[in-house]
Amino acid sequence: MSAFLDFGSDAVLLAGLTGDNWRLKDYVARGGYESLKKILSERIAPEQILAEIKLSVLRGRGGAGFPTGMKWGFMPRGAPEKYVICNADEGEPGTFKDRDILRFNPHAVIEGMVIAAYVMGCARGYNYIHGEIWEVYERCEEAVDEARAAGFIGSRILGSDFSFELFNHHGFGAYICGEETALLESIEGKKGQSRYKPPFPANVGLYGKPTTVNNVETFACVPLIVKNGGQWFLELGRPNAGGTKIFSVSGDVERPGNYELRMGAPFAKLLEMAGGVRDGRKLKAVIPGGSSSPVVPGAVMMETDLDYDSIAKAGSMMGSGAVIVMDETRCMVRCLARLSEFYHDESCGQCTPCREGTGWLSRMMHRIEHGEGRPGDIEALDRIAHDIMGRTICAMGDAAAMPVRSFIKHFRDEFEYHIEHRRCQVADYV
Amino acid sequence: MSENAIDKSGWLNLEINGKPVQMPPGSTVMDAAQTLKVFIPHFCYHKKLSIAASCRMCLVQVEKIPKPVPACATPVSEGMKVWTRSEMALAAQQSVMEFLLINHPLDCPVCDQGGECMLQDAAVGYGKGSSQFQEVKRVVLGKDLGPLVSAVEMSRCIQCTRCVRFSDEIGGQMELGMIRRGDRAEIVPFVGETVESELSGNMIDLCPVGALTSKPFRYQARNWELSRRKSVSPHDALGANLIVQLKRNQVVRVQPFENEAINECWLSDRDRFSYEALNSESRLMRPLVKKDGVLIETDWQEALPLAAARLKNIVERDGGEALGVLISPHATLEEATLMSRLAWTLGCDNIDYRLRQQDFSNTSKDAHVPWLGMPIADVSQLKAALFIGSFLRQDQPLLTARVRQAARHGAAISSLHSVRADWHLPLAHENVVPPSQLAAALAALVVAAHREAKVAQALPKVFDEVTPLENDVAIVRSLMNAPERTTIFLGSFAQQHEHAVLLHALTQRLADYTGTTLAVLPEAANSVGLALINAQPQKGGLNARTMLEKPRKAYVLLHTEAPFDIAQGGTALTALRQADFVLSLSPFRPADEGVLPDVVLPDIVLPIAPFTETSGTFINMEGRVQSFYGVAPPLGETRPGWQVIVALARLLEQPFAETTPEVVRASCLPSADSIAARLSNRIDTALQALPKAAAKETVERVAGVPIYHADPLVRRAPSLQRTALAAPPRVMMNAALATRLNLVKGGAVRIRQSEENDAVTVVLSWVCDETLPADTVRFDMAHPLTAGFDVCGEFHLEAAP
Amino acid sequence: MPLSTTASQKIDKAIAKYPAGRQQSAVMAALTIVQEERGWLSPEALREVADYLEMSPVAVYEVASFYSMYHLKPVGRYVLTLCTNLPCALQGAGEAGRYLQETLKIGWNETTQDNMFTLLQGECMGACQEAPVLLANHQRMCCKITPPQIDTLLAQLRVEAAQEERHG
Repeated sequence: MSAFLDFGSDAVLLAGLTGDNWRLKDYVARGGYESLKKILSERIAPEQILAEIKLSVLRGRGGAGFPTGMKWGFMPRGAPEKYVICNADEGEPGTFKDRDILRFNPHAVIEGMVIAAYVMGCARGYNYIHGEIWEVYERCEEAVDEARAAGFIGSRILGSDFSFELFNHHGFGAYICGEETALLESIEGKKGQSRYKPPFPANVGLYGKPTTVNNVETFACVPLIVKNGGQWFLELGRPNAGGTKIFSVSGDVERPGNYELRMGAPFAKLLEMAGGVRDGRKLKAVIPGGSSSPVVPGAVMMETDLDYDSIAKAGSMMGSGAVIVMDETRCMVRCLARLSEFYHDESCGQCTPCREGTGWLSRMMHRIEHGEGRPGDIEALDRIAHDIMGRTICAMGDAAAMPVRSFIKHFRDEFEYHIEHRRCQVADYV
Repeated sequence: MSENAIDKSGWLNLEINGKPVQMPPGSTVMDAAQTLKVFIPHFCYHKKLSIAASCRMCLVQVEKIPKPVPACATPVSEGMKVWTRSEMALAAQQSVMEFLLINHPLDCPVCDQGGECMLQDAAVGYGKGSSQFQEVKRVVLGKDLGPLVSAVEMSRCIQCTRCVRFSDEIGGQMELGMIRRGDRAEIVPFVGETVESELSGNMIDLCPVGALTSKPFRYQARNWELSRRKSVSPHDALGANLIVQLKRNQVVRVQPFENEAINECWLSDRDRFSYEALNSESRLMRPLVKKDGVLIETDWQEALPLAAARLKNIVERDGGEALGVLISPHATLEEATLMSRLAWTLGCDNIDYRLRQQDFSNTSKDAHVPWLGMPIADVSQLKAALFIGSFLRQDQPLLTARVRQAARHGAAISSLHSVRADWHLPLAHENVVPPSQLAAALAALVVAAHREAKVAQALPKVFDEVTPLENDVAIVRSLMNAPERTTIFLGSFAQQHEHAVLLHALTQRLADYTGTTLAVLPEAANSVGLALINAQPQKGGLNARTMLEKPRKAYVLLHTEAPFDIAQGGTALTALRQADFVLSLSPFRPADEGVLPDVVLPDIVLPIAPFTETSGTFINMEGRVQSFYGVAPPLGETRPGWQVIVALARLLEQPFAETTPEVVRASCLPSADSIAARLSNRIDTALQALPKAAAKETVERVAGVPIYHADPLVRRAPSLQRTALAAPPRVMMNAALATRLNLVKGGAVRIRQSEENDAVTVVLSWVCDETLPADTVRFDMAHPLTAGFDVCGEFHLEAAP
Repeated sequence: MPLSTTASQKIDKAIAKYPAGRQQSAVMAALTIVQEERGWLSPEALREVADYLEMSPVAVYEVASFYSMYHLKPVGRYVLTLCTNLPCALQGAGEAGRYLQETLKIGWNETTQDNMFTLLQGECMGACQEAPVLLANHQRMCCKITPPQIDTLLAQLRVEAAQEERHG
C-alpha cells in the first residue's frame, strides 16, 4: 500500500499518510515529536500547555465529548503515582478510526500521551488496544520500541528530568472495556466490569491511583495543538468543539472508510465523499455516532451538520463519529435485532437492568423478526428500554436502550407490519 | 460512648424523606438511611462487604441529580436531599424488581428460602403484580459446593455476588467467582472444586434468595415453623452467639445471633453445623453399665447408685488420690465447678482441664488466667501482630477473619511456627523452624528486640549464643514500627509444646522489649472459665499429664473423650485400660469400633446434656461471661450435667446445697471484679536454658488439632465430617526426608510409637510438603487414626508396603 | 503439564510491563500466550496461570470466560471468527456466513470433523470499512471477505497446516 490514502481535503490528523510511512523516521520527517522536543527543551510549564488544550476546545473523541482540558485539570497535583491511559479498545459497531490512526500514525498517539503525561505528572501509561486488531497491537509494540530507543519515552526523556514509561495492553474481546472504568479493571487483570462513579478515575483510577483515560484520536490531536496553538485548532471546528473529526462511514455506501472533516461540515458532504448511497439507492436511515446512538431518518440526516449540537438537534449524538448508512432496502426490524443481539452479547452482567434487560430486548427482537411478534410487543420494547436507561452503573445500559427507542420512534410502521403480517415489509436480504 | 459524647464537628447535614440527619464524611446515603431507620430495599449491598452497587435495587432520588442513584454507593454531601419513595425512586425500584424476576423461577412454594427471602419480600413491597415477560426463562445448572452449602437451584441466583465477595474478602480465599457475562453470568467454584472454607455457611445467610441454601437443613422445615432461642457456641473460645432453631423440640438449624463485639454477623461452619451431632445416632439416651465387657443400657436407678458405690469403694480403699478427674474445657462452668468441688470433698486434687498441655512447669501464681488480653473486636484494628505457634484458622476461624480484616487494612501480620501459616491472609514475615527450634528462634527475636529497643539492661546468659538474622530484625521492626495496637499471640502449638513455659517466658520478654501486648489464644469454649474456677490441682495434685503417666485406680471423665481430647493419647489409653473403674459423663455413646479400634470402654456412662439441653456458662477468650439456657428438652433420659453431679454428690454423702440452675450459677460464677483481677498473661517463671538442637536426622513431629475433630460434638456432626477439612490426616514431610525414609509417591507410612512389638501402630498415606522444615513431619492429632498416639515422645517411621 | 519455558518467558515479559506486585495485570497476556501454544484453555491451564501469577484459580476462570476470544473448550486448528454485526451485515456478512457454513459443513460454534476449522460469530472488530471482516486465529484479519476469497483462505490454511505437520 503506497498510494496516498484519501481521507479528505480537511485532513490534518490523517494528512499525508500512505499506510507505509508509519515509522518513527517518517513521523519525525512530518514534523513529529517537535512538540515534545519544544516542551522539554523550552521547559514549558504544564499549566501553559493545559491552557492551550483548554483554548482549543478539544473534546473527547471516544464518544462522550467531554472537554479534554477540563478532564486533565481534574488530576490531582503532587500525587506520587498517576497514570495516563489511551483507550484504543475501539469496538463500537461502525467505528474504525482509531485502528487507522494507530496503524498509520502510531507515533502521533505516543507523542500525545507523553505530552499528556508531562502535563499531568504521570510516570507511566498504557495503551489498551482492542483484542481483534492484533496487527495494530504488534505495530504499537514496534512503535513504542522505536520511541523508547529514540529517547522519546523512558527515563529522563530527551535529557530532561521528565520520565515516562509507556506499554501496550492487548484486550481480548469485550466491548465493555471501551468504557473507561471497565478498561481499568481489565488492565488490573480482572473482568471488564465498570466501576461506580464517584470516585472518578482522576481520583481513584488504575490500581486505585489518579488516572486519566483518553481516546486515541484525542491524544493524536494533542501534538498538533501544541505545535499550532489552541486557537488554530479551535478555528478548525465550531466554537464549542474545536478541530477536525474523523468520521468512519460504513454500510450502504460506495466507499466505506474514514473521512476527516472540520467539525460542523454537512452530512451530505460526508456522504458524497463516501461515494453516496451504494448502487444509487435511496437513503433510508443513518446511525450517526456509533451503534449506540439513536438512528436518524435519512431525510433528516441530509439536513444535518456534523457537530455536537446539530446532531443532538436531529435527535442523536456525535458519539465516536461512526456513521452507519442504511438504504431503502434495509429492514429496520432486522437491523435493530442484530444490534440488540450485540448488546445482549456484550453486557458485562453486573447491573440488573442491563443484564436482564438486554437479554429480554434481544429475545423479543428475535421473535418479532422471525414472525412471532405479538400485539403489545412494541410498547413492551419501548418500556423495557426506558426502564434500562439511566439505571445502570455505566452507559452500556443506555447504549442498548437508545437504538431500540429510536428505531421504534422512527420506523414504527415496520415493526407493526412485522408483527401483524409475520414477515418483512421490505425486500431486505442482509 | 454515649450518643451525645460523639464529636460531630465536620459532619454533614442531609435530609432523607424530609427527615434531617447528620453523618460523618465518607458515609453513604444507605448509612444515613439506616441511621434514620428508613428502609431502602437492596440485595448486593451488605454492611460487611465491599460495595458492588450492581443490583440497582437501592436506587433513590437525590435533589439536582437527573437520574436515580444507588443509595449504597452514593456518598452523602452537605445539604443533600434524598427521597426513597418518590415517583422517580419507586419507578426505578419497581423496574429493577421486574428485571430481577423475569428470569427468577417462581418456585417459592418449594424453595427453602420461602418466608425468609429478600427477593420475595422486596417483590411484595416494591414489585408490580405482573410482568410483560413472555420469553423462556433462563436455566442455570446446579453446582456442587460440597456437603454444607447447596447450590442445586442456581436458576434462582440474582448475581448479587455477595457470596463471591464474602469468599474473597472475609474467607480470604476467592473460592467462588462469577464467570461469563451478561445474562449468561453464573456463580461457580473453580472447575471440579467445591467450597472448602471453614466459614462457608455464612454464604447461605448472605444469599438473598434461595440459590445457596443449607444442605443439612434442606426441606427440614419452613422458616415459620421454627422456634428460635439464643445460645452460645460450645467450640472455640470466641463464644459465638447463636440463634438455635427448633422444630418439634429438635434443633434443625443454627444461625448467628449478631453480636458486633464477638462474632459480628458470622458463624464458623462448626458453630453452625455441629448441631447435627445433637440429633445423631451416637446420642446416648439412657445410662450404660458395663457387664461382661459389654456396655448395656440401663436406667438411672441402677447406674447412678452403682457409679457412686464404685467411686466410694475406691476412695475408701485407696484414698481420694487414687482418683483422676479429667474435665473437658468444653464443659460448662457449672459442671466443672461442681465436679471439682466433689473431687476435693472426696480428697482428690488430681483434677485438670488442660488435656492437651504438655508442660506444667509454670510456677506463676495461679491468679494468672491466660486470655486474649484485649477485647475480641480490637483484633480487627490491629496494626501489627506476631503469631507464635498458632494453627489460627483451624483453632479460631472467626478470630482469623478479624485478623484478615486487620491485614486488609495494612496490618503487618507475621508468624513463627513449625509449619507455614495457611490463614488466607497476606503475611508480612514468616519463620518456619522445627519444633525443637521454636525457643531458639524466639530467643533470636528477643535479642533482636533488645538491640532495636536499645535496652540498657544486659540480656541474661541464656541469650549469649543467640544471633538474630535479618528476618528476625524485620519481624521485630514490624512490631516496633506500628504506632499502636500491636500484639504477640501465643497459639495452641506453642501452648501445647513440650517447652511451652519457656516459649511463654521468651514471648513475655519479646513483648516487653517491643512494647507490645501479649495475648494467649485459649483453646476451647470454656478454657478461660475453667482456669478462673481453678479446675486444676490446688494442693499439689496430679495434672492432666501426670495423672495419666502415674496411673490411677479410677478416672472420672466429664465431657472428655479419651483419647481424642488428650494429647498423650497412648498414655491415656494405657492408664484407662488398667484402671479399676472409669466413669464417663457424656452426651454421647463412647466411640466404638467404628471410630477407633482398641478403644477403652468406660465402666459406666451417664448421659448428660449437651449445651443445647442444659443451662450453663462459658467464659470466652476476652473474659466475657456468657450464660445460656437450655433451648431444647433433654433427649431421652439425658439429664443436665450439673444435676447429675449434684445427685452423685448426694449419693456420696457429700450433698451440695444447689438445687436450681440459678443457684448453681450464682455459686459457681466468679465476680466480675475477681475475673478482671485474675486475667493476666504475665509469667513469673525464670527463664530456663534453651533446648539443644535435636540430634542429626532425628525426625520431629508437628501436630495440630483438625478443626472438625477438636471436640466430641464436631466429631459426630455428619455433614462436617464429609468436608475436605475432616479428611483423615496425612503425613506431610519434605522430599528430602521422604527420600531418606525410602517412601514412594502415593504410598503409605507406618508409624509406631516405640520399637516394641506391641507398640501403637498406624498406617497413613503421605504427601510431600516442601514448606515443612527439614526432618519434620506433620500429622495431626485427635483423629481416630492418630488419637492413640502420644503427641510427645518417640515415634518411628517406615515405608508401609 | 507445566507452562513451557517459552510461555513462561513470554509471560515474564508481560509481567514486566506492570508495576511490581501487579502481576495480575498480565493475566490476559498469559492466557493469550498459553492459548496460542495449546489451542485452548483447559482447567489445568487456568490453574497453571493462576499459580504463576499468584491468583485464585476462579479469578482466572472469571477472566478467561469473560473475554470472548479465549476458548475454554477444544477448538479446531484454525478458529474463524466472522463479524456479523450490523456494518458487516450491511456489507455482505450474511452471505459470507452462509457460504462458510455450507463449505465447511458446520454451523456456528462448531468444529469440522478433521478438527481443522472452528466457526464463530464475532462482534465488531473495529474495521468496518473493510466489511465483512473475518479473523483467523484471532490474529490474521481478512477483509472484504467474499465466497471466492473464503475458498482461497481455506485452501491456504490447509496448505499451511500440511506444511506445519511436515515440519513437525
